[in-house]
Amino acid sequence: MTSIISDINKIFDHRIRLGIMSILMVNDSVDFNRLKELLEVTDGNLASHIKALEVSEYIDIKKQFIGKKPNTTYEATLLGKQTFAKHLAALEQLIKTSK
Amino acid sequence: MESEKYLAQLQEIQSMMQKSSKFLSLSGLSGILAGTYALIGAGIVYSMSARFISPLRFNSSEFLTVTIIAILVMVLSFATGVILSVRKARKKQEVIWNQVSKLFIMSFMVPLVTGGLFAIILVTRRDFGLVAPVTLLFYGISLVNASRYSYETLRNLGFIFIILGLLNSLFIGYGLYFWMFGFGVCHIFYGAFMYLKYDYKKQ
Repeated sequence: MTSIISDINKIFDHRIRLGIMSILMVNDSVDFNRLKELLEVTDGNLASHIKALEVSEYIDIKKQFIGKKPNTTYEATLLGKQTFAKHLAALEQLIKTSK
Repeated sequence: MESEKYLAQLQEIQSMMQKSSKFLSLSGLSGILAGTYALIGAGIVYSMSARFISPLRFNSSEFLTVTIIAILVMVLSFATGVILSVRKARKKQEVIWNQVSKLFIMSFMVPLVTGGLFAIILVTRRDFGLVAPVTLLFYGISLVNASRYSYETLRNLGFIFIILGLLNSLFIGYGLYFWMFGFGVCHIFYGAFMYLKYDYKKQ
């Protein structure tokens, strides 16, 4: 039981950060506007949660230009994917044992 | 209490994964309507073909009429599909033109346009017999390909079309019957299944 709890990650304990990671688990790369559209949040709110995930090195930020327009896309890092997978497994385990 | 929170998290993860990677605004109703157009079109062709040599072999002037009807059915079906998808997306308050819908359209159109061009080339070579099997085959491949970005069950419909296409290529000349069964009957049944499973309950 203790090991399961340790896999529950506090960083993912927020709807928006959980949402960002879920989206990046199944999409190679996603841009800011798409994240905003999916999560229905304001720019500032989304940016701060992205920052938190970036600091933990769970996501990578890729900046590039499409023509003259700057375009920022986000990808989950290997560490991010592994940590999230553990979190997901722990959630499932906890629900199973509580039943 | 805790486990309720975890369950909510799991559901949120699942819904975000699906919403972000699948184009789910396809409406079952458009399948039913597309199938109906196909059957009406086929009915018109069938009533004409009584005058032709059976099984269906067309000389070029009658072939033109058949081609026009087929194109009309196709355009109507696509228009219906697009209109109903836009409506469904609006109802769900989602943006219709996004990363996933683009991927869906691309993965659907690439095999479809390839098959369409191939069918046109066959016609210009007066190789009419293979036109129906080719359209069935490539449409099936399009569905299988695009199902990755939409309802997974779309793949099964694709497999049915591939099997029909292969069978049709063994029985050249019976294209109209295979078309009626595939584009007509299968579309209606699959559309009804989709409508009952995904749309009807949520209204």
